[in-house]
Amino acid sequence: MSFEEYSGIWVFIEVKDGEVVLVSLELLGAGKELADKRGTELAGVLIGENVTHLAASLFEYGADTVYVYDDTIFKNYRTESYMKALLECCQKYKPEVILYGATSTGKDLASAVATDLPTGLTADSTILDIEEDTGLLLASRPAFGGNIMATILCKKYRPQMATVRPKVMKALTPEPGRKGQLIEETASIKEEDIRTKVLEIVQFTTQKVRIDEADIVVAGGKGLGSEKGFQVVHDLAETLGGAVGASRDVVEAGWVEHHHQVGQTGLTVTPKIYFAIGISGAIQHIVGMQNSGLIIAINNDPEAPIFQSSHYGIVGDAFEIVPLLIQQFKQAFNQEVVDHV
Amino acid sequence: MLHIVACIKQVPDTKIIKMNPKTNTMDRASAPAILNPYDAHAVEEAVRLKKRYGGTVSVLTMGPPPAVKAIKKCIEIGADEGYMISDRAFAGADTLATSYALTKAIEKISQIKPVDLIICGKMTIDGDTGQVGPGIARRLDMPPLTSVNKIKEINVEEGYAIVHRKLEDGYEVIQSTMPCLMSVEKEINEVPYSSMTNMLKAARYQPVIWAVADLEDVERTQLGLKGSPTIVSKVWAPTKPSGGEMLEGDAAVQTEKLLNLLLEKKELFAVKGGSAVEL
Repeated sequence: MSFEEYSGIWVFIEVKDGEVVLVSLELLGAGKELADKRGTELAGVLIGENVTHLAASLFEYGADTVYVYDDTIFKNYRTESYMKALLECCQKYKPEVILYGATSTGKDLASAVATDLPTGLTADSTILDIEEDTGLLLASRPAFGGNIMATILCKKYRPQMATVRPKVMKALTPEPGRKGQLIEETASIKEEDIRTKVLEIVQFTTQKVRIDEADIVVAGGKGLGSEKGFQVVHDLAETLGGAVGASRDVVEAGWVEHHHQVGQTGLTVTPKIYFAIGISGAIQHIVGMQNSGLIIAINNDPEAPIFQSSHYGIVGDAFEIVPLLIQQFKQAFNQEVVDHV
Repeated sequence: MLHIVACIKQVPDTKIIKMNPKTNTMDRASAPAILNPYDAHAVEEAVRLKKRYGGTVSVLTMGPPPAVKAIKKCIEIGADEGYMISDRAFAGADTLATSYALTKAIEKISQIKPVDLIICGKMTIDGDTGQVGPGIARRLDMPPLTSVNKIKEINVEEGYAIVHRKLEDGYEVIQSTMPCLMSVEKEINEVPYSSMTNMLKAARYQPVIWAVADLEDVERTQLGLKGSPTIVSKVWAPTKPSGGEMLEGDAAVQTEKLLNLLLEKKELFAVKGGSAVEL
């Protein structure tokens, strides 16, 4: 394999409900740094139906080139059709790196593409760097439940691939009117070649805040003792207008559903305020919330590691502290409103 | 009759594993080896399908000899047969080399009894990648169905399966031809306590164990460390934050201090009156 033929940093652009998902823009930001270091271009691979117009915003977010596969066959994500398009694009233009968001779609696609190419794939990266001279991608990730960080290399194969956790990289500030090169491609795949069909897509109707999009997350841990004890978390979240988060233990105990789980095997959240109540602070939890704006820990164990990762800590009984806080908050907030009327 | 192969792994319990602070390596002795929790759900789902449609559940693992224990656990859950591939040549495999070796074993199992469906857990708790399942599917040219949280229908005669795939904000209903491979979410089922009959069976059970030489058409360059494109170049302990300010005093004083901090950010609390926005 001659590595000289491979150049350019690529980002798989994920589209949902007609819009580019945020992690793809974050990866253009991260990819731009890698491309600049290597003195090469940054490209997006955009696959879908009626998606060509989205390329304009990708240029504004840093892409130099956008490869587009726009066809009804790509209406819904399916492993086989998207994989085929990306593989063909790869074989034709030979990128040195491909980045994917570590979402259901990104992980599914990356795993299939890596096997077929074949090449190495690093999952759930949180730090990316590249060696200027060799082009070796240094993809680092939490490993073994977050107990260690590991840097993974792929020395003998190109392209090098990684999935990257959402909410870790920063998107660039868009540059209005920035232009790039649009390359329209077609994939040699027919509907009858694809063995899966999407029969229906069910979106949970909700005015509810997703915990990875909320400004305030109130999270609780096993220290609250029971599902009933966990109610204080719901109460505080409701009072503050926040979303409910939970540690892995709590989800495993069945007190709340998995989509509340924060951490290595749950979601990464970066709210402006994060409450950790009765959460001891195992490293696999910390990796999911450490980039929050303001972290407040409440725990009755002064030695709990969570206090090491918090901006403010309260040692005390959550069942005393939290109801008191709710009461004071309600009073204060009403007071504020009155003051301003 | 439906033949399901569930791929499983024995893993150290990473929730309680201790690190050696000097070498940044894991003290494996500090954590018991367990059946990967996600895989327990995969086996349970296979057993449930067997109850619904009839058939056989085989489990397959790659690992060192003590991993037999993980297979016995699967027999307790209700699996019928266990296969293990164990050889020094497999050591150091990344996800690509692992999917290659397991594929070779599945090809051999297929010769004994054709395989209709492969079920894997979403991921392992020591590797955290979820890449091996789709890798096996690609190698066997089966459709990979990841993030499955419900199996709605299996129709062996007509050769299709209908499943729900979990999405970030809902799910999609997918129809796939069979054979296919599914990797399943934890929420797909609850693993009940094992029956006494199964526990007795498991205690006596010995799986079929194959070395590389027992498998067919194996390219040794694709196995283990040699067959792995990725290498770990460096490990380090995540930086420990130094901690912040403790709010001292009795409960009323503590909460008042906290309240003042929160009120500095009062623009965030626009949802006055507390309409529930919990997901």
